[in-house]
Amino acid sequence: MTNPIEQFQIKPIIDLHIGGVDVSFTNSSLMMAIVVTVTTLFLTLSMRPRAVVPGRWQSMAEVFYEFIANMLRDNVGSEGRKYFPFIFTLFMFVLLGNLFGLIPGAFTFTSHLIVTFAMAAVIFVGVTVIGFLRHGLHFLSFFFPKGAPMAMGVLLVPIELLSYVFRPISLSVRLFANMTAGHIILTILGGFVVSLGALYVVPGVVPLAFLSAVALLELGIAMLQAYVFTVLACIYLHDAIHMH
Amino acid sequence: MPQFDPSTFASQVFWLVIFFAALYFLMAKLALPKIGAVLDERQRKIDDNLDKAAQLKAEAEAAVAAYEKALAESRAHAAAVVKEMAERLARQAEERTQELAARVAGQIQAGEQRIAAAKSAALAGMREVALDVAGAVVHRLAGGPADVAAVEAAVAAALKEQGQ
Repeated sequence: MTNPIEQFQIKPIIDLHIGGVDVSFTNSSLMMAIVVTVTTLFLTLSMRPRAVVPGRWQSMAEVFYEFIANMLRDNVGSEGRKYFPFIFTLFMFVLLGNLFGLIPGAFTFTSHLIVTFAMAAVIFVGVTVIGFLRHGLHFLSFFFPKGAPMAMGVLLVPIELLSYVFRPISLSVRLFANMTAGHIILTILGGFVVSLGALYVVPGVVPLAFLSAVALLELGIAMLQAYVFTVLACIYLHDAIHMH
Repeated sequence: MPQFDPSTFASQVFWLVIFFAALYFLMAKLALPKIGAVLDERQRKIDDNLDKAAQLKAEAEAAVAAYEKALAESRAHAAAVVKEMAERLARQAEERTQELAARVAGQIQAGEQRIAAAKSAALAGMREVALDVAGAVVHRLAGGPADVAAVEAAVAAALKEQGQ
């Protein structure tokens, strides 16, 4: 039975060291490269007809565009327009990372906490900078709920501050944990199918049915988590721009 | 778990930054403007067509209004023509009737005059005939020529008796 943890192993493909730091091109980097290539090819080739009445491929590209554009408009408003490329990139990167990771044998870079945390940290820092740039020091009042009695500030400000600081952690752990858990379950169920199926055909069918159901569920989770990650980024952006 | 092996962190973050930045620029400079342009173009075309439709509708409504106005005008004109024609015909009929009546009255008058003349002429002739007849009768009855003066007196008396 394969070790369910093994699939998360980072394997260097091209060894690379810059200033003594190991920055090898790995299986994780390869998946990122594939995601970037596929996303770019998909969105550019599908839009090539530039048709007024779109075909299947062009419709798909437009659906992605409008989905994210609407998400940004609903959650942030018109001020969020200039962050659209970033939010769109974020969504496509996470979505295709999750989905391609489900291909048997492929690597899921979103199952690594450092990757999701790096993205969450960029969102966190970026949103905080936007907040201070727009509102100056007034942005600090974000940590004190409007209308609350002054005395409550002693209690409320640390809570608000803590929940704010925990945003990148919850954001990154949510995606990482979902992906990791899902892939572990899939591998374990797959191992059951093989070991029980080797024993006798019929017992192997039961975990296979489970595996199929869970694979379908994981497909949904892959899309849902990409959506959640992006929506939360939009909500944080909204907080920075509008302060509630 | 490999997720918590810090030796791979540098490489993962390094390539994440590179590929995420690459994707960002590819999206921001290449893919998204293209899709946005196509969507804007479509929206513009739809708006254009809607505008055109609204314009054509307004034109159609103006045409209908003009048509109805023209129709109403022609109806009014036709009614006026009919009324005028009817009046003229009535007036002509009236005139002709009067003219006819006058002519007929004239003819009647002339006829009456002619009748009166004929009557008086006939009456004048009657005296001669009566004289002749009376003379002849007397001649036959009496067996000799009648006294002309007596006959004339008798005829005149008889005529007078007839009221002439």
